Amino acid sequence: MSESDKAVKELIKREYEHGFVTEIESETFEPGLNEDVIRRLSAKKKEPEWMLEWRLKAYHQWLEMEEPEWAHVNFPKIDYNSIAYYSAPKSKDDAPKSLDEVDPELLKTYEKLGIPLHERARLAGVAVDAVFDSVSITTTFKEKLTEAGVIFCPISEAVHKHPELIKKYIGSVVPQKDNFFAALNSAVFSDGSFVYIPKGVRCPLELSTYFRINEANTGQFERTLIVAEEGSHVSYLEGCTAPMRDENQLHAAVVELVALDDAEIKYSTVQNWYPGDEEGKGGIYNFVTKRGACIGKNSKISWTQVETGSAITWKYPSCVLRGENSVGEFYSVALTNNFQQADTGTKMIHLGKNTRSTIISKGISAGKSNSSYRGLVRIGPGAENARNYTQCDSLLIGDKCGAHTFPYIENKNKSAIVEHEATTSKVSDDQLFLCQQRGIDAEHAVSMIVNGFCKEVFKELPMEFAVEATKLLEVSLEGSVG
Amino acid sequence: MLSIKNLQAQVEDKQILKGLNLEIKAGEVHAIMGPNGSGKSTLSQVLAGNEAFEVTGGSVRYQDQDLLEMSTEDRAREGLFLAFQYPVEIPGVSNLQFLKTAINNIRQHRGEGEINAAEFMKLAKEKIKQVNLNPSFLKRGVNEGFSGGEKKRNEIMQMLMLEPKLAILDETDSGLDIDALRVVADGVNALRSPERAVIMVTHYQRLLDYIVPDYVHVLSQGRIIKSGGKELALELEEKGYGWLGIDEQAEA
Ligand SMILES: Nc1ncnc2c1ncn2[C@@H]1O[C@H](COP(=O)(O)OP(=O)(O)O)[C@@H](O)[C@H]1O
Ligand SMILES: [Mg+2]
Repeated sequence: MSESDKAVKELIKREYEHGFVTEIESETFEPGLNEDVIRRLSAKKKEPEWMLEWRLKAYHQWLEMEEPEWAHVNFPKIDYNSIAYYSAPKSKDDAPKSLDEVDPELLKTYEKLGIPLHERARLAGVAVDAVFDSVSITTTFKEKLTEAGVIFCPISEAVHKHPELIKKYIGSVVPQKDNFFAALNSAVFSDGSFVYIPKGVRCPLELSTYFRINEANTGQFERTLIVAEEGSHVSYLEGCTAPMRDENQLHAAVVELVALDDAEIKYSTVQNWYPGDEEGKGGIYNFVTKRGACIGKNSKISWTQVETGSAITWKYPSCVLRGENSVGEFYSVALTNNFQQADTGTKMIHLGKNTRSTIISKGISAGKSNSSYRGLVRIGPGAENARNYTQCDSLLIGDKCGAHTFPYIENKNKSAIVEHEATTSKVSDDQLFLCQQRGIDAEHAVSMIVNGFCKEVFKELPMEFAVEATKLLEVSLEGSVG
Repeated sequence: MLSIKNLQAQVEDKQILKGLNLEIKAGEVHAIMGPNGSGKSTLSQVLAGNEAFEVTGGSVRYQDQDLLEMSTEDRAREGLFLAFQYPVEIPGVSNLQFLKTAINNIRQHRGEGEINAAEFMKLAKEKIKQVNLNPSFLKRGVNEGFSGGEKKRNEIMQMLMLEPKLAILDETDSGLDIDALRVVADGVNALRSPERAVIMVTHYQRLLDYIVPDYVHVLSQGRIIKSGGKELALELEEKGYGWLGIDEQAEA
């Protein structure tokens, strides 16, 4: 057996670190989806009529739509009637005002996940809006944010407190009928975050949300909306882990970003949902629609993602560059192992003059996994002097995995320049031997090489996230060597 | 320190080492010479533990341990170092990070804590200077885009950092200009001590002008066919391999 074969054998023997289930009494709807379920869901959340109408419209559009089949992934047909569309911890009605009031079981869960909430928030100066299943439990550092005029709250709360903003922006970037999963989300979205940065404000904290799927059979349908007014700046971090489960769990989130003149939004994700076991059993289906609109001139939206989890990932964080001189960026690391499948990439839609975009995608495949990069760069007729640079690198570990690249370029403006570079490399036996000859064991060597490969993306992550991402890759590549 | 008895090894079903014997004591420098294809690199790789080469017979003892039973990384951690004939590149992994990881792995093996960051930097800067490379090379990917000569200097730099007990240099002198050759020689001479041993695999006797070996061995068709003192190298230089009845064409 060659060195890399051995390393791979060890890699694929890993166990999921965050695999455990919290026992918390929760109220869950019986599985199934129909108008009545949506009405009950909306009623549970005491939503205004317009919100319910919006959901119902999305539901009826969804009924007319078909699941997309073009992604380079395979999975059994999802029965949308076997999914429960609402789940909330019991304590919801008398929601805790501080951490002391939070269910200790829940706090223990955070502990296990390595997220000592108050500690972490205090030490790192990060406000955490923790989503546990479908209902937001607690939001910290509210005061500091309020002082700056920043709104950072569960979207369910924003529906009540800031209806004019929600009405104006929800669905403005990702319309209800944008795609099958976005329509489903629009109909049944559970909760998520709403962020509003007023004109000229630099958000004093990095906003961070930890998501977690906990109820068996509960689809999670987060909805996030971030609006950055003129000249404002915000950095948002999203990270998630999930407990070990046998059934496949569906996750269909929608994230909408809106950047007005001179505004900047940086959105970073570390995604570590349960990927399924060594045989490919279980694992999360992650079908996400993430899109940012650079509406204003000189605005900038930057997506950075580290994707190591989920059985299936279908995700294309995109930028619509409408404003003159606006900038879109996409930095991605996607690691697949065992039987994981990932079809991810981005779309950069250049509409305004002098718009620029950069795409750096790093795909790592190990085990029997498959990862695909799918990217679209579209230059509209009015996008004078638009520029795109795409770099798409794949790294293979072992010889049973695959990497595929599907770049699409549509250029309707002669003055635009679109550059695309792609490489595929393998962690070679010679590289591993060199490392081992210097005293580094194969597992360490692989993780060191992988980290080196991802460096360009990691340097885009906020400091503490970068450390986490490095650790995550290590865990994801770890075998039960001992 | 190293005792090789009747070593036989093959690669892809081709027998290359056909019963090789060699004894090396601490403090000694041995030169192994021989025509292309005689098995010099194979010997080096087998000693270092490259699994692409299969040992089919014989034994190797290293510091009172069965070397062939040890994992590649443990051999390294126990002080065996190979300077590669063709060093590979590891893009994205900086020399610094690579060396630090190596040193900490070795230290852990010895039950020591991690190296102090400042101490490590100081050491790295000192050693990179010693091999005449710009300190910027520390931040570059391991051998990434290095010229042939730079790669060889980098190997010597790693050797100086790791301070091995047994250093094997596989044609580190090939393709080097006189300056680089000096750097390699100075590096090896700096390492020379009563506790350490060096095996220098070389095709030419040129390097031996700078590093004077205690013993010279001639390898041909997977066996050591002649051993002697440093004068043997000079004799080879003068008379060529034909003098020993070696047909250079037949080796490769
Ligand atoms: N990986 C390999 N696969 C097949 N043959 C090899 C391989 N490595 C070395 N050989 C063969 O083994 C013989 C000895 O090679 P080598 O040890 O590299 O000799 P030297 O270093 O003395 O020039 C040569 O005939 C060479 O072609
Ligand atoms: Mg050789």
